[in-house]
Amino acid sequence: MSSFPWLTVAILLPIVGAAVVALLPKREPGAALPKQVALGFSLVTFVVVAIVGLSFDVGGPRYQFTETHEWIRAFGAFYAVGVDGIGLVLLLLTAVLSPVVILASWHDGDGGRWSVNAFFAWMLALEGLAIGVFAALDVFLFYVLFEATLIPIYFLIGGFGGPRRSYAAVKFLLFSLLGGLLMLASVVGLYVQSAKTPSGPTYLLTELSKIDISTDVGRWLFLGFFIAFAIKAPMVPVHTWLPDAADEASPGTSVLLVSILDKIGTFGMIRFCLQLFPEASKWATPVVLVLAVISVLYGAIAAIGQKSIPRLIAYTSVSHFGFIVLGIFVLNSYGQAGSMLYMFNHGLSTAALFLVTGFLISRRGSRFIPDFGGVEKVAPVLAGIFLVAGLSSLSLPGLSPFISEFLVLLGTFTHNFWYALFAVLGIVLAALYILLMYQRTMTGPTRPEVAGVKDLGLREVSALAPLLVLIVLLGFYPKPLTSIINPAVADTLQQVGVQDPKPAVPASASGEENAQ
Amino acid sequence: MSIPLAASAPVIDPSPASGVFNLLWVVIALPALGAALILLLGNRRTSGFAHLLGCATVLGSFVISLVLFVTLLGRDESDRQVGQVVYNWVDAGSFHAPFGLLYDQLSALFLLLITGVGSLIHIYSVGYMEHDARRARFFGYLNLFVAAMLTLVLGDNYLVLFLGWEGVGLASYLLIGFWQHKPSAAVAAKKAFVVNRVGDIGMALGTMLFFATFGTVSFAGISAAADRADDLTMTFLGLLLLLAACGKSAQVPLQSWLLDAMEGPTPVSALIHAATMVTAGVYLVVRSNFVFDHTELAQTAVVVVGAVTLLWGAIIGCAKDDIKKALAGSTMSQIGYMMLAAGLGPAGYAFAIFHLLTHGFFKANLFLGAGSVMHAMDDDVDMRHYGALSKAVPVTFLTFAIGYLAIIGIPPFAGFWSKDKIIEAAFGDNLVVGLATLVGAGITAFYMSRVMLMTYFGRKRWEEGVHPHESPKVMTIPLMVLAALSALGGLLIFGDWIVDWLAPVVGPEPELHLGVPTIVLTLVVLVVVLVGVAVAWLTVGRHEVPRTAPAKVSFATRAARADLYGDAFNEGVLMRPGDRFVEGLVVFDDRGVDAFVDGTASSFRGMSGTFRRLQTGYVRSYALSLLGGAVLVVLALLAVNIA
Amino acid sequence: MSGSPFLVLSAILFTIGCVGVLTRRNAIVVFMCVELMLNASNLALVTFARVNGNLDGQVAAFFVMVVAAAEVVVGLAIIMTIFRTRRSASVDDASLLKY
Repeated sequence: MSSFPWLTVAILLPIVGAAVVALLPKREPGAALPKQVALGFSLVTFVVVAIVGLSFDVGGPRYQFTETHEWIRAFGAFYAVGVDGIGLVLLLLTAVLSPVVILASWHDGDGGRWSVNAFFAWMLALEGLAIGVFAALDVFLFYVLFEATLIPIYFLIGGFGGPRRSYAAVKFLLFSLLGGLLMLASVVGLYVQSAKTPSGPTYLLTELSKIDISTDVGRWLFLGFFIAFAIKAPMVPVHTWLPDAADEASPGTSVLLVSILDKIGTFGMIRFCLQLFPEASKWATPVVLVLAVISVLYGAIAAIGQKSIPRLIAYTSVSHFGFIVLGIFVLNSYGQAGSMLYMFNHGLSTAALFLVTGFLISRRGSRFIPDFGGVEKVAPVLAGIFLVAGLSSLSLPGLSPFISEFLVLLGTFTHNFWYALFAVLGIVLAALYILLMYQRTMTGPTRPEVAGVKDLGLREVSALAPLLVLIVLLGFYPKPLTSIINPAVADTLQQVGVQDPKPAVPASASGEENAQ
Repeated sequence: MSIPLAASAPVIDPSPASGVFNLLWVVIALPALGAALILLLGNRRTSGFAHLLGCATVLGSFVISLVLFVTLLGRDESDRQVGQVVYNWVDAGSFHAPFGLLYDQLSALFLLLITGVGSLIHIYSVGYMEHDARRARFFGYLNLFVAAMLTLVLGDNYLVLFLGWEGVGLASYLLIGFWQHKPSAAVAAKKAFVVNRVGDIGMALGTMLFFATFGTVSFAGISAAADRADDLTMTFLGLLLLLAACGKSAQVPLQSWLLDAMEGPTPVSALIHAATMVTAGVYLVVRSNFVFDHTELAQTAVVVVGAVTLLWGAIIGCAKDDIKKALAGSTMSQIGYMMLAAGLGPAGYAFAIFHLLTHGFFKANLFLGAGSVMHAMDDDVDMRHYGALSKAVPVTFLTFAIGYLAIIGIPPFAGFWSKDKIIEAAFGDNLVVGLATLVGAGITAFYMSRVMLMTYFGRKRWEEGVHPHESPKVMTIPLMVLAALSALGGLLIFGDWIVDWLAPVVGPEPELHLGVPTIVLTLVVLVVVLVGVAVAWLTVGRHEVPRTAPAKVSFATRAARADLYGDAFNEGVLMRPGDRFVEGLVVFDDRGVDAFVDGTASSFRGMSGTFRRLQTGYVRSYALSLLGGAVLVVLALLAVNIA
Repeated sequence: MSGSPFLVLSAILFTIGCVGVLTRRNAIVVFMCVELMLNASNLALVTFARVNGNLDGQVAAFFVMVVAAAEVVVGLAIIMTIFRTRRSASVDDASLLKY
């Protein structure tokens, strides 16, 4: 492996880009230069991350591209970055979505509270920080970046969105800060634990997972992390910030928020809750699983009843995050592999859904479902993409989310039949919320208000095309992702100390052979 | 039940594909490619050639299927199962599901039916959809439908089957809602998809239970280990698969989507009812014979569902004035026959498939014929506006008549052979079940005769300005081919060919134990059928048919018109309370959970409003509180030190 | 040598200063009372230095003196400014900095 600091470059590039975009001379709204510069930086970042992805050695050591530099000696904090399969998948997601979002949000920064430069600068800053979060191998570094991501998203929601954006931004911030505070307590607790060891305090993940934490302390520390991540994810009952945020934010911001930032929650559960506190994770499993199943059903049912499109999508995400958490905590290889795939696939499908409905909403000037009807007639391409995005959200086989959802359910089933029985109802509810929305907005006679809606233009289609291509491609050929996820799953489960349940009646040798 | 359980179901053990069998994946790939091309390029760009492309791909698949079938025929009986792994699809932890295909005696027959009848429907659609601006897209969807169905029957494991299963659901959603500017079509499409999804719960849980039990989802692996599994698991598996089959095959209690699905263009109905979609449930049960052979309870459940549905559909068919809905009722009923046969175990599997094939022929024939009639009558579907059409559309009439004779089971037409076998098997199993099939045959004869009489005979009751005309050749030639197949389809049973052909997949047929010689039963069935025809003649043929449906009718008729209150039940028991629940939850989320959050925020705001009053601005009061604080600290220190 | 007389004196001075701060309104008087308290604590510090026989307390006393001097400079300047604008040296009149 080359010693070139690819990950640091991937983190710094967008942040430098953000500074450049912010310093560009302020022009009148609609100026193209800041957008082009931002797009350029995000594309270069994508190339860098793609290089990381392509040169990732599947059979190699768990963490690759590692860089470790001492940061604050007294705390034992390091600047330590590196990726394993889990981090890499989310890194790729971030790098793919950022240019897509920038391209799709071309005009969304024009009417904001601040200049268009600020809009794109914050987006780039967010990308850099998110990459840092997913690459961090040091708990302290992770915590700092985790909190730092709140700043750009706060300004993105509060500066560029609907009429109640201030309310939504503050609500989001308060929820996140509450979680962050609990996590800070646990981070400090970790310091106390590691300082007791002979080698002195450290926040390095690899070192921390070796130290011996007593059962009680482990459970309390676990709770601090878990609640923070559950708020971030978000799980019922700490989810109400998301619908408001999605409702008020611009579509691009919603994508960054739901598809990337919220993944930090579930990513953190795997990376920190499971790896640092295996005992506590097993202890908490029943409660977490019940909450996850409630999230699945609650989010789906609430989605069916929504009138506003972005709110509806936000609730579907609550349901989907329920699935992800379910897969993580059933503690078997299919469930976890499913969850990790789910994070990526959900990012794609929700992004496509938010963006395409965003285009629709900006054309009609309303986000309420009853204001639409018969759009298919006037904008068939938009309707088609909407349908594909919707179908991917309801996990249609052949589209990538199906595989992840099936694996999560499979993992749940082998863990405990009853959880699976309730969670599987989610697939019927998903069909209802997506198809009802499609039916009410796209089909039927064309309403006079939408008669003037134009079909998608070249820029919009080219922004969405990569997402749709990936959704279909990974639906039929998920191997590029599963091959990097599988070793990470195996490592995680080994660390937790669990094994897959054995089948009751293993198929004979010939059957096994056939199945391989 | 008295069926002796087979000692063990046959084990699926395919040999790797070689020679011409390497083309297996092309059978799916061709229509899939057609669909992808047409749908990606869009309606406008492909409108010049989409119909040709659509037909060509399916015909290509048909030719390959034919070649494969002939090659398979030439092979030794022990060597007629071919497997092909296209690539590794899902690999996660210890879960593996390859994109694997299995070509055996069962899927060979399905391939021929799907591509053969599918091709005819494609060709027919060229004429039927000629004036529709979105014809190109229609062909894209049709191709997608065929590709999905082929995936369903070719998959060598339950996950690939599931892929095809849902693909079929998607294609039917798109096609039923093809005229989506009509709200009724959009609603029907959504209903079909959602009801199917309820069935998919069974499919998904079943697949998971397979994996949890056997550690694999491949047919080969499961069939090899099935003997060692415990009965309870097998019963659960059987019931879950039955739930799945009910959804896709429109069996009671998940039957309600099928009649609404008539909102789609008529060729779609033909495709759904004859070659694809509804047959999937029967395929699933027959394919999973290694499960059902181990569980009497699940088999009984299949038989009961089949028997109920066959009567349910038949009764609905009697009261419908919409020609397509009458035929849809009949499909439900005929699929009920197949289900029932499949539930009888090895005694019925082969006959279920046999009836499925012949039904594919004559139902496609009937639906396309109905489409031809609608074409002639300016898309009017109300049979009360028909009458005396036998002269106006002679080719359609003749082909429809052959389909009619086939479905009611008049020898020597195809339906006679297949339905008779099922009735025999049913009587061999259980008197009640046998009687259900017998009564069903009578009702079938009644409602199909009613359709015949109302459409082609009697006096003209046409709407003003309607000038019926025969359809173009591109539509009538498929009708003729299908009529020929409906007439000759019975040949498959000669020398017990189909039974022997399928025996390696579904197990040999056990000997039939009837109290009477089979010829007696056959005659009884024929008599019942003739009675049904006679009743139809007495009630419909002899009298003038009113142009509007009479409102004063018996309760039975009203119930049948309302689809035996299936929709009313769903509406009252599921949808209304469901809506109420959704509303309740949204309110709870808004006024409960979120209000708690907002309440916390505003309580802090209120508290801060109170506490800020402490900032009086008077230096002396600050000094006093400072002193108080200092005293407190000192006291605390003292207390600690003294204690 | 016993330090208690000095400590008692220190406590008395401190209390006088304290009561003065709390009860007087004239800013100058309050200020003088603050100085009184500081000096009372200085006395205590010096006493303890003497009792303990090291220089720590005396060093601290010097610190306090320096701080007190700096405080006088700033404090008197503030009082002067307030007096100029409000024509009053009463601390109760300068109560604008409130909720």
